[in-house]
Amino acid sequence: MATTVHEPPKIEPRRSPDQAYGNGGWRSLVPADGDLRQVKDSSPPPASTGIWVILASITMTFAAFSSALIVRQGAATDWRHFTLPSVLYLNTLVIVASSITLEISRRRIATFMGGVQDQDQGKDRTANPARWLYVTLFLGLLFVAGQTFAWLQLKSQGFGLASNVSYSFFYVLTVAHALHVFGGLSALTRVIRKLNRSVLRRSTLDATSHYWHFMGVLWLYLLLLLWMKL
Amino acid sequence: MHDMSAHAVQHGAPTSFIRKHVFSLDHKVIGKQYYALALLAALIGMVLSWIMRIHLAFGSYAIPGLHLLSKTGAPGNVMTPEYYLQLMTMHGTIMVFFVLTTAPFAAFGNFFLPIQVGAEDMPFPHFNMMSFWVTFVAFLVLVASFFTGTGPTLGGWTQYAPLSAIGDAGGPGEGLGVVLWGSSIALFCIGQLLGSLNFITTTLDMRTKGMSLMRLPLSAWAWFITSLMGLTAFAVLMPACILLILDHVAGTSFFVASNLVINDQLLPHSGGSTLLWQHLFWFFGHPEVYIAIVPGMGIVSHVLVTNMRRPMLSHRVLIYSMGALAVLSYMVYGHHMFVSGMNPFSSLAFSFPTLVITIPSTIIVLIWLGSLYGAKLRINSASLFSLGFVSMFISGGVSGFFLAQPSIDIMLHATYFVVGHFHLVMGVAAMFGIFAGTYFWFPKMTGRMMNETLGKVHFWMSFVGAYCIFMPFHYLGIAGNVRRYQAFTDDYLIPLIPVHKFITIAALFTGFAQLIFLYNLIHSRFWGEIAPNDNPWQGTSLEWSTATPPPHNNFGDKMPVVYHDPYQYSVEGASSDYVMQTSPEHLKNVIDEK
Repeated sequence: MATTVHEPPKIEPRRSPDQAYGNGGWRSLVPADGDLRQVKDSSPPPASTGIWVILASITMTFAAFSSALIVRQGAATDWRHFTLPSVLYLNTLVIVASSITLEISRRRIATFMGGVQDQDQGKDRTANPARWLYVTLFLGLLFVAGQTFAWLQLKSQGFGLASNVSYSFFYVLTVAHALHVFGGLSALTRVIRKLNRSVLRRSTLDATSHYWHFMGVLWLYLLLLLWMKL
Repeated sequence: MHDMSAHAVQHGAPTSFIRKHVFSLDHKVIGKQYYALALLAALIGMVLSWIMRIHLAFGSYAIPGLHLLSKTGAPGNVMTPEYYLQLMTMHGTIMVFFVLTTAPFAAFGNFFLPIQVGAEDMPFPHFNMMSFWVTFVAFLVLVASFFTGTGPTLGGWTQYAPLSAIGDAGGPGEGLGVVLWGSSIALFCIGQLLGSLNFITTTLDMRTKGMSLMRLPLSAWAWFITSLMGLTAFAVLMPACILLILDHVAGTSFFVASNLVINDQLLPHSGGSTLLWQHLFWFFGHPEVYIAIVPGMGIVSHVLVTNMRRPMLSHRVLIYSMGALAVLSYMVYGHHMFVSGMNPFSSLAFSFPTLVITIPSTIIVLIWLGSLYGAKLRINSASLFSLGFVSMFISGGVSGFFLAQPSIDIMLHATYFVVGHFHLVMGVAAMFGIFAGTYFWFPKMTGRMMNETLGKVHFWMSFVGAYCIFMPFHYLGIAGNVRRYQAFTDDYLIPLIPVHKFITIAALFTGFAQLIFLYNLIHSRFWGEIAPNDNPWQGTSLEWSTATPPPHNNFGDKMPVVYHDPYQYSVEGASSDYVMQTSPEHLKNVIDEK
């Protein structure tokens, strides 16, 4: 049976009051007698709020791109429809798979953090918790490579950014998405580094996985939009 | 007070010069950096306005040294018509983005939001540092356009397509100048998005014990609401700028229509939508107006309450009204496009919420006036500028009622009436908010007091001067004086030239008053009277309960605990005129808004 080689992480499985960042929360009023024991510490670590703020802002950016596409197409006399490169569908499977592997690794890491051994399987699941993160990272890179292949394919057929506005939107939306995926890849790399040094926070891992799943959902939305409009 | 050790320390105090003053992670240093940037930008913007005003009133007058700024734009020190438009564009862009957004929101917000909520710092200090430096680079990129190619863009701060998207065919600066403009604004958006991220999470997650949302001071609420607006508005402007840049550098056709002939030149673009730019721009542009003014509202409310020695008529309603402004600001953007050629029925759809948005604005003004009524206001530079803010906001707001109605706007659009309207309600009012904040918080930021006499002189000169500049604008607009003309040669405009001369003299006078402020600021920073104590205005909020200037982690070794609502002034039965938020004193008759 494999044994745990990693040091136990210095991580809060869930946030405790002692490690609080702020003590605000929604029900944090100090009672008139000043007894602080009754004050609740209910606010989450900032990363778990911050990630939703970031996702809201990315949503607005892509909403702006989408509405530009819809308005531009609605008034266009020069719109040229084209068939999306089929590699995009393969890329879709890759990014969906990467979300699944990330979820697996998230559970593994949760088990690892708790130091629990999975007896049913007869092996120690806490061993090498970063393995599935590497798989996710690989799939993420594969997705970007696949997107690059699609761009090169179109380019080789003579369809560049300025060929027609439909191509312009294709490139703008897919490149903007790929740049955001790069953000996710660097966040994953950071998570792996922190995990290997046993300084990973639960909130960092959660925020990164929210971001990564959002990239997948965003891609599904973009694919649908491009498939319908281009 | 509870023990500091219960808190995760964000980052230790810096030791190296670079970390302390340049690439600082400390929100207070970043706030000061933003303030310095805004001050520099305001100076440049003001000098540009002087040059433009002199040109408008005394057309052939040679401005010494102008040729140094541009050889082709100002031969013989007299600017060309195109160069007038280029300077005007830069004035607008610099003022709206790098002064009105950075000073009241990014500068004061960075310095005081974490302190007012009782936090050690923002939750993402590296993002915060990036926020400033990206903004600074954005400023450099914009200013670089003065010295490259054919100079800065001449399309106005709104950069309407197709002019902005057709490249050099559009005139000087329409090639490289627009690309630099678009890059600068896209970078600026990134900076403000990073800032908003920090502001929102600071307000939601970093509040100290006892600090419920309703116990936040009005200024903190204003920054929080503004950051929510910034998050959505700048996230839309950035893609718009990217598309604009692509039309230039990649030959795409997002904004340029087919078969467009400019200066006898057939442009290679096809099928672009010129209205698309306006939709994207104004979806950002109208919230931007509130991004500029709402922090001022918060600062002014905070200053007024402290100087009235009594709370606002309703803390809660004031907050809800600011929130209503933020929500409605997204629904009214089409009122900038009444004459753009979009469906006339949509004008009606945009006119209605525009009239509705006057309701929360009016409520806010009535709360200010009602609270001031009968109050024994302490008269100092900060409270005077706050009163000035209220005055400017009302005066500028009233003309908004006219412009909100398409039937009247068709007459008044693109005239000096509009220019007068937005300069008063957004420009001067927001500037007065910045001044009020500066005089009020200067002791906390630097440990020294500003000179009150000079402050009052600065106020009265600015107050009278601003009205002398911008009230006649309304008259000019009604008389049909179109904006963005660089000379007035038409028969119906020639009789208006004396008015323009008066305005120019008023502008130089008002500008001189700002030099007094600049002197006061710099002199007081180094040689001003030392602040008598940590709380010179007898304020109640958290910034007044910490040392002056605040230590690296804001509150030293003890984090504050909040027992009261923010503005407990003149509470019956209390031991003194004011009860600080951190005072554990038990009050029988609390003024409670939670």
